[in-house]
Amino acid sequence: MAISYIFPEFEVVRNFDRCITCRVCERQCSNGVHSYDEDGKVMLADESKCVDCQRCVALCPTRALKIVKNDCTFREDANWSGATIKEIYKQAESGGVLLSSMGNPQPLPVYWDRILINASQVTNPSIDPLREPMETKVFLGKKADDIRRGPDGELICDLPPQLELSMPVMFSAMSFGSISYNAHESLARAATELGILYNTGEGGLHEDFYRFGKNTIVQVASGRFGVHEAYLNAGAAIEIKMGQGAKPGIGGHLPGKKIVGEVSRTRMIPEGTDAISPAPHHDIYSIEDLRQLVYSLKEATQHKKPVIVKVAAVHNIAAIASGIARSGADIIAIDGFRGGTGAAPTRIRDNVGIPIELALAAVDQRLRDEGIRNNVSLVAGGSIRSASDVVKAVALGADTCYIGTAALMALGCHLCRSCHTGKCNWGIATQRLELVRRLNPDIGTRRLVNLLTAWKHEIAEMMGGMGINSIEALRGNRLMLRGVNMTEKELEILGISHAGE
Amino acid sequence: MTINAKNLDFTALNEELRSAGPICRIEGCLGQRFIAAGMKDKSIEIYGVPGNALGAYLGGGGIVVYGNAQDAVGDTMNAGLIVIHGHAGDAAGYAMRGGEIYIKGNAGYRAGIHMKEYREKKPVMVIGGRASSFLGEYQAGGIIIVLGLHDDGKPVVGNFPCTGMHGGKMVLRGEALGVDFPSHTKQRRATDADMSEITPYIERFCGLFGYDTAGLLGDTYTVVTPDSNNPYKQMYVEN
Repeated sequence: MAISYIFPEFEVVRNFDRCITCRVCERQCSNGVHSYDEDGKVMLADESKCVDCQRCVALCPTRALKIVKNDCTFREDANWSGATIKEIYKQAESGGVLLSSMGNPQPLPVYWDRILINASQVTNPSIDPLREPMETKVFLGKKADDIRRGPDGELICDLPPQLELSMPVMFSAMSFGSISYNAHESLARAATELGILYNTGEGGLHEDFYRFGKNTIVQVASGRFGVHEAYLNAGAAIEIKMGQGAKPGIGGHLPGKKIVGEVSRTRMIPEGTDAISPAPHHDIYSIEDLRQLVYSLKEATQHKKPVIVKVAAVHNIAAIASGIARSGADIIAIDGFRGGTGAAPTRIRDNVGIPIELALAAVDQRLRDEGIRNNVSLVAGGSIRSASDVVKAVALGADTCYIGTAALMALGCHLCRSCHTGKCNWGIATQRLELVRRLNPDIGTRRLVNLLTAWKHEIAEMMGGMGINSIEALRGNRLMLRGVNMTEKELEILGISHAGE
Repeated sequence: MTINAKNLDFTALNEELRSAGPICRIEGCLGQRFIAAGMKDKSIEIYGVPGNALGAYLGGGGIVVYGNAQDAVGDTMNAGLIVIHGHAGDAAGYAMRGGEIYIKGNAGYRAGIHMKEYREKKPVMVIGGRASSFLGEYQAGGIIIVLGLHDDGKPVVGNFPCTGMHGGKMVLRGEALGVDFPSHTKQRRATDADMSEITPYIERFCGLFGYDTAGLLGDTYTVVTPDSNNPYKQMYVEN
């Protein structure tokens, strides 16, 4: 075998004065980094296997461990970064397509960080959310064009089906298979407790979780895994997945090694068989075809469920969304290029798609210009990291946001970006039972509820500061935003003024 | 109960079907889509031409069409029976996971795409005539049988059958000469075991459409299967 040109990315630093050779690190590491040397009575480390998930660090009882970036360096320059050099070596060695996980890590602009939020001073009093009622509740679905009354003057209340959320956040689609049973249970229970929704992704709905149906979005994607009549009727809404921000234009592929036990049962495919979701839906070549899938789902569920169409943010997203808004869909979910994934080709993840901030603003504006904004609700996803990102998204036109990565971090994810290996030491992106057990659903639920309860307070604080007491009044209210460090074109697309204006 | 489909849109037609008894007859059908979508306890006869996505997500029961059907017959159906006394359009049996579809005539493009199976659920589609291109694309399970009883002289299947196939079985009557199968599939002449597996379906086809069972069963058949259920395993390197 040729010499591997790749040095380990991380260094395991062990303080031997503190190490008591309890071997916790060894037991905790599914990557097999740590081992015990019987002869020398010391712990050893094979750093080539380390993904910096911090599990050993977190569980070391004497704080004897730290993982640091290896400072051994290639002769990098501004063109050839260490990561690029490493990728060349990997492909030269294997002939393989590079496979990565989680969101786009490249240093491309994060517009949220260039947008600032307004607050009231003097002329419009701010509101104290601890003292006064603040409404963060949102309703998703097609809204009525006008108020209609019957002959007796009574209001005609035949609104299409609506989803009620206690706050403008939902858990985005992550399939059972890409994440564990315990992760799904945590999301489902937290969504129920919070009065929001979680999303099955394209992995079917485990029979244990049908009881959370009122807080569940069931997904239908090109592979149709686990999709049947009872599944469609089990959730509060149905999402058609056309695309995903982390990998626009390509399909999904859960390797056979993850199709085991309950995952096989829930997807309804044999153990060990690859679950391939083709890139396109082969019955959808146009908006008219999309309309057909939307209506076949509505007919199968007797028009009781709103239908969401999820697309990745790509170049002509405004025109695409305009088409979707006319397809009969009730809700459009747009996923920006920083959205996470359990596995995607590196080149796609890092180079395809556009930022959610620009996509969202463009879509909201286009739908308003065409007078069809109330045909649909808008969901923005693709790296919503905090309550302020949510507030900015709502002000740019979103009805609500999807969070995926942030929710997984609440469950313990340390962003090691190795989901595709199936060896998640935190029990999230794995199907190995001994690892899944590490995620306690009681604690997971609590941490998710904590995170979003805190966000809800923060959203109310920011709203109060702006003198706004209802999230509905913030939606599309771009006057509440100002930009810094942006070109005129960027400001124009976002529809906001520069700070100081 | 008889439903006259004239002037009914698909929602109204499905509402009538739902409120009707278990046995229904639809007359004057003229392209209404999604008929019986998600239903599971109906026995339906259709006269005329049903529209796209007939019997989508079907959970049981039976549909018999006395005429041609359009696209996406039995899309994602889970159980039940669909019988077409004519031709079917494109993407018949898309992602079907259970139940049986019998088509007397030809099927359009992408029939049986992403058909899959799970335990006792093993979908079957029998096409009496010929199938167009991309037959059994991404097939992951179930059985697709094409009998080639058409008489227009065209090949039994069009171009690119079995592309991305990673499970299940395709059975073509005859030796499939000149059909260009992808390299990740294997072809063989049907064995006795293959024949005993498909015999009940051919018998059912003959019973439904009045063909001679013995004559059909006496022919040779070609069986196509994938050579791996993990077609992309070697394609990636972890980064």
